Amino acid sequence: MKILVCIKQVPDMESRFRPDSTGVWYSETDLAFRVNEYDEYALEQAVLLKEQLGGEPELTVLSVGPDRVVEAIKKALAMGCDRGVHVQDGASHLKDPWQIASVIAAHAGGEGYDVIFTGMQSLDRGSAQVGVAVAELLDYACATTIIGFEYADGAVTVKRELEGGARGVVRLRTPALLTCQLGLNQPRYPTLPNIMKAKKKEIVAIPVSELLREESKTVMEGFYPPAKKGTGIVLEGDVADQVDRLIGILKEKTAVLR
Amino acid sequence: MKALLVGECRDGKLLEHTYELFGFAEQFGADCAMLLVGSESALPGYGGTLYLADAAKYGEYNPDLHKRLVQAAVEREKPDYVVFIHSSYGWDLAPRVAAVLGAAQLSEVLGFAQGSFELPCCSQKMRRRLKPAGPVAVLTLQLGAFPVVKPGGSPKLQHLDAEGAGRVEFLGYEPPLPKGVDLAKAEVIVSAGRGIGKVENLPVIAALAKALGGEVGASRPVVNSGWIEAGHQVGTTGQTVSPKLYVACGISGAIQHLAGMKKSAFVVAINKDKDAPIGEVADVMVVADVMQFVPALTAKLAK
Repeated sequence: MKILVCIKQVPDMESRFRPDSTGVWYSETDLAFRVNEYDEYALEQAVLLKEQLGGEPELTVLSVGPDRVVEAIKKALAMGCDRGVHVQDGASHLKDPWQIASVIAAHAGGEGYDVIFTGMQSLDRGSAQVGVAVAELLDYACATTIIGFEYADGAVTVKRELEGGARGVVRLRTPALLTCQLGLNQPRYPTLPNIMKAKKKEIVAIPVSELLREESKTVMEGFYPPAKKGTGIVLEGDVADQVDRLIGILKEKTAVLR
Repeated sequence: MKALLVGECRDGKLLEHTYELFGFAEQFGADCAMLLVGSESALPGYGGTLYLADAAKYGEYNPDLHKRLVQAAVEREKPDYVVFIHSSYGWDLAPRVAAVLGAAQLSEVLGFAQGSFELPCCSQKMRRRLKPAGPVAVLTLQLGAFPVVKPGGSPKLQHLDAEGAGRVEFLGYEPPLPKGVDLAKAEVIVSAGRGIGKVENLPVIAALAKALGGEVGASRPVVNSGWIEAGHQVGTTGQTVSPKLYVACGISGAIQHLAGMKKSAFVVAINKDKDAPIGEVADVMVVADVMQFVPALTAKLAK
């Protein structure tokens, strides 16, 4: 069996975001990057599947982006992936989800992966498109937003999370692509020995120009903060003072404190 | 301007958020037709064209076949936009439809102006403006971004069929987990988010809830981390609440969480990050470290 996990590196979401010089995406200055949270669940599920099958499957992790994404690939290797594929692209943030999907599919098409895991969306762009589009391009069966996964005899049974807390149970035969929701499992932390071992694992670098075949289907026009809808009072400064002011407000505006 | 709206059925019922599609069409000034994989016993109150495919035959979740059904309706209707709700059904089906149509997809649309669409990004903290290229575009609308509009009337039915079988076999629904605690009845809810840092800090949140005579709620990451049972989760996949006072402790304000608590009468948010999206719905935003502020508040209330 061959398994692929596609991961993205994204900024810490508590950062302050400012437009870059193009005005259509954020400036990376002062941002700290990490593995997209949804993708950590995808990685964990892939490693669990490899373990379930006695370590037999070859597990590849792929990321598209500039050189910084090698750090994300290294983390994935330390979590238990066998080899990394870095699609080198200094301008991945200017490509639309369809183009990113086409790049991944161009790699995966020749590899014959049986199961592909992705996060259900990225924290920064949040399109929730790339995984499904990869499945379409590869003609794989696909289910999104999974919070439960079982594999047996060439078929996966997954639980999809639906609104209101209900779940839909579906079965797909491999080859299949699954997009992973938060809470699917408990992503492991790489241990020090595994981090050391990961240093010896191969990371294949492929320039994006070798894989890109599609034009963008969208025009990026702007990146900006939301119009301030919040009309709320902002309390800053000393904690004791904040406490007093909040209690005053609650007494005045709610019936909760008397 | 013509829009093909794709409605949703679950367990034989039309989902209420289907009516947000009409809210979009009305604001957008689009002529619309709707497609629904459902049944004649659960039709939307709307007087226009409804392409109806039988859910008994095509299933409520059968994305390969639903994609072909949408494609067939697009061929007949020739819309400028194919519009879904950004829901577990919509975000699953829309990229497949976009792929087969060779169309752009814009996800989680919040609004529009002059041919461009506004979408959220960076976990709802920022916005971006995008314009689709090409003659037809696929949109998914953020849940709750457009008003529920019920046009009324009876649809003009056009039956729709597609060939073949799907590769995803639907085995059934599982009901939501038992609630454990009924947050819907609580007058005060104090909710813990990731910002509390670790499970050991949860008693600090519970102490404030007790001091205010309320219940403890939680955001999704806190539940996912196993810090508290799922029954405490507030949000789209948890409970929807509307207490007199909602105190969000270290909750950034993911859209799924906001959808579950924004009807609260009064919202206090405590967060280090002044720009956290929770600020959009907060009546008071306390910019502070939760673990410093909450114990101080609880102590003062006890006096």
